[in-house]
Amino acid sequence: MAKVEPATLALSEDYRSANLWLEALRNLRHSPSALLGSAVIGALVIIAVFAPVFATHDPIQTMIGVPGETGRLPSKPPCIPILGCEDPQHILGLDLNARDLYSRVIYGTRTSLSVGVITISLSIFVGTALGITAGYMGGRADNVIMRLMDVVLAFPALLLAISIVTILGPGLTNALLGITITFIPQYARLSRASVLSIKEQEFVVAERALGASPLRIVLAHILPNAITPIIVQGTLGVGTAILDAAALSFLGLGAQPPTPEWGQILSESRNYLFTSPHLVFFPGIAIMITVLGFNLLGDGMRDALDPRLNRN
Amino acid sequence: MLKFVIRRLTYSIPVLLGILLVTFTLARAIPGDPCLAVLGERATEAICEAFFRRNGLDQPMPIQLLIYMRNFLQGDLGDSLRFHRPVMELLVDRLPTTVELGFFALLFAICVGVPIGVVSAYRHKSALDVGTMIGANIGVSMPVFWLGLMLAYLFAVLLKDTPFALPPSGRLTPGASPEPFYLVAGWYAEGEEPLGILRFFSRIHTLNAILTLNGELLVDALRHLILPALAVGTIPLAIIARMSRSSVLEVLNQDYVRTARAKGLQERVVVGKHALKNAMLPVITVIGLNFGLVISGAVLTETIFSLTGVGRTLVDSITSRDYTLVQGFTVVIAAGFVIINMVVDILYGYLDPRIRFN
Repeated sequence: MAKVEPATLALSEDYRSANLWLEALRNLRHSPSALLGSAVIGALVIIAVFAPVFATHDPIQTMIGVPGETGRLPSKPPCIPILGCEDPQHILGLDLNARDLYSRVIYGTRTSLSVGVITISLSIFVGTALGITAGYMGGRADNVIMRLMDVVLAFPALLLAISIVTILGPGLTNALLGITITFIPQYARLSRASVLSIKEQEFVVAERALGASPLRIVLAHILPNAITPIIVQGTLGVGTAILDAAALSFLGLGAQPPTPEWGQILSESRNYLFTSPHLVFFPGIAIMITVLGFNLLGDGMRDALDPRLNRN
Repeated sequence: MLKFVIRRLTYSIPVLLGILLVTFTLARAIPGDPCLAVLGERATEAICEAFFRRNGLDQPMPIQLLIYMRNFLQGDLGDSLRFHRPVMELLVDRLPTTVELGFFALLFAICVGVPIGVVSAYRHKSALDVGTMIGANIGVSMPVFWLGLMLAYLFAVLLKDTPFALPPSGRLTPGASPEPFYLVAGWYAEGEEPLGILRFFSRIHTLNAILTLNGELLVDALRHLILPALAVGTIPLAIIARMSRSSVLEVLNQDYVRTARAKGLQERVVVGKHALKNAMLPVITVIGLNFGLVISGAVLTETIFSLTGVGRTLVDSITSRDYTLVQGFTVVIAAGFVIINMVVDILYGYLDPRIRFN
C-alpha cells in the first residue's frame, strides 16, 4: 500500500482549507501589473479624497485681479520646478480663463474616478440582474432579454451613448447614464453564461430538490460562483468608462464648464493647441495614467482569479 | 457551410429590425421642436403645420414607423432637415471620408499589431516582449482625441520645416480638386450626374488617385491621412498586438506544435504553418470587434482634423436636431456594424469547422 508522507498530507490540507479569496489575494501579490495598478489607483484615490490639500488654488477661481497675480492672458506657459523654473506659483500654468491648471487637474481626479466607478457599479448591478434572470428562467424571458442586449451591442458604444445623452440633455449625470446603458450587455452576457453552466450542476439541483426558493439559489449559490469574471471585467471596464466619459465631455455632452473634468478641460483648450500645448498635454496624461491603473489591475486580477490559467 | 451562413443571416434580421426601431424612437425622443429648429424661432404655426405635413410628422407614431421602414428598405432615408438634401446623398458624400480613414487605421493596426504580437510571443519574456506589452498597455489607455491633438502638435508644429512635417487638417491641400475617375475614363461627360456608387468611390481620394494614375494626388491624400489614421488606429493596434501575442503563446504550447518540432520540421514551418494559422482565429474576431472602436474613434478624430465624415456630421446634426439625418446615419452605421460582425462570424465558421457544427 502506498504510504503518504505526513508532510505532504499537511501541506495539501493546508492548501484545501485556504479560502479561495485569500488564494486570489496571494496570487495578486505576485503579479507586478496588479501591484502597479493598485498603487496607481491608491494614489489617485488619495489625491481625489484630499484634493483640497493637494491643490494650490481654487479650481474655478480666475486669477484676474487677485493680489499678487498678474492674471496674464492668454495662458501662462507651465513653470515646472524640476526643469529649473524659479517661480512655482502655478506649476502647470494658467488656463484660458486664468485658472490654475494644476488645481483643475487635481480636482478632475474626483470627477473621473467617481464617474468610472459609479457607471460600472450601476451597469454591473443591472446587467447581472438581467443576465441571471435570463439564464435562470430561460425560455421566452431569456430570448427577449438577450435579443434586447444584442440590439444594444449592435451600436458602437460611443455612438449609442452620444444618442442617449442627446435625448436626456448634456450633463455629467446624463453622460453617466448613457455610458451605463452601453455597458449593461457585457455583464448580462457574462452572468448569463455563468448561470447556464452552474444551474445544472448537482449542488444546485440538490438545493432545488430541497425546496429552496429561486432567490436563495441565485443569491447563495449562483452569484458567488458567477462573480469572479464580472469583477475582472468590471475593473477593466472602469478604464473604458473613464475614457468614454472624457470623450463625451470633449464633445460638449458631458461635464459642463466650469466643472474641472479632464475631457472638458481638453475640449476648452483644444483650439489653443498650437499656442498653449500644455493645456492639452496635462489633462490627457492624467486620463492616461488613471485608465492605465485600472487596466493593469484588471489584467493582474484576471491572471490571479481565472482558475483556467495554469499558474505553474 | 451554406446552412451555417443562412442561420447566421436569419439571426441578424431581428437585430436589424431592433436597430430600426431603436433609432426611430431615439430620433423622435430628441427634445425640442424640429420645426423651430429647422425653420427658426420665427416660424408661425401655419408654416410649422405645413412643415409637419410635408415631412410626414403629422401622422400617428406607428404609421410614421411603418413609412420609415418601407422607405428604409427602398434606400430612402428621407431629407435632411438642415441641409435640405436627401440623407442618402449626404451619406454618399461623407461616408467615403470615414471609410477611407477607418480602412487605413485598421490597416495600420493589423500590419503593425499582428507582427509585433507574434514576435513578442515567440521571444516570450525578452526585453522586446516586455517593452511591447508596456507599449500596448499605454496604447489602450490613451484617449483617441488627445492622441490626435498630440500628433497634430508634434507633426505640424514641432516638426514644421523638417521633411517629417504633416498637415494637421483636411483631406487634401486646400484648392486641390481631383478629377473623378469616371470623368477621366470618359464614362460621363462634365456636368452629368453619375451613379451614386461611382460618386461614392470617386470620393475615396486614395482609390480615385490609383484609378486615375495620379501619383501627386495619392501622395497628397496619404499625407493628410497619416495623422488621423495613426490616432484612430493606435488603440486597435494595442488590442490586436495583445491578442496575437496571447494567442500565439497558447498555440506554441500545444501538443501538435511540439510534435511538429519533434519530427524535425524547420522552425519557420512550425511557426508559419502550424502555429500561426491556428493562432490567427481569435485575432480575426478581435479585428472584427475593433470596427466599433474605429467608428467611435472616427467620430472623435474627424472633429479634430476637420474632416467632413459621417462622425463629425452626425455630432453636428445632433446639436441642430436634424433628426432625419441622425436617424439615417445611425441606422446605416449600426447596420454596417452588424453586417461586419456577421461577416466575421461567417469567416470564423469557415476557418474553424467546430464553430459551424455547434
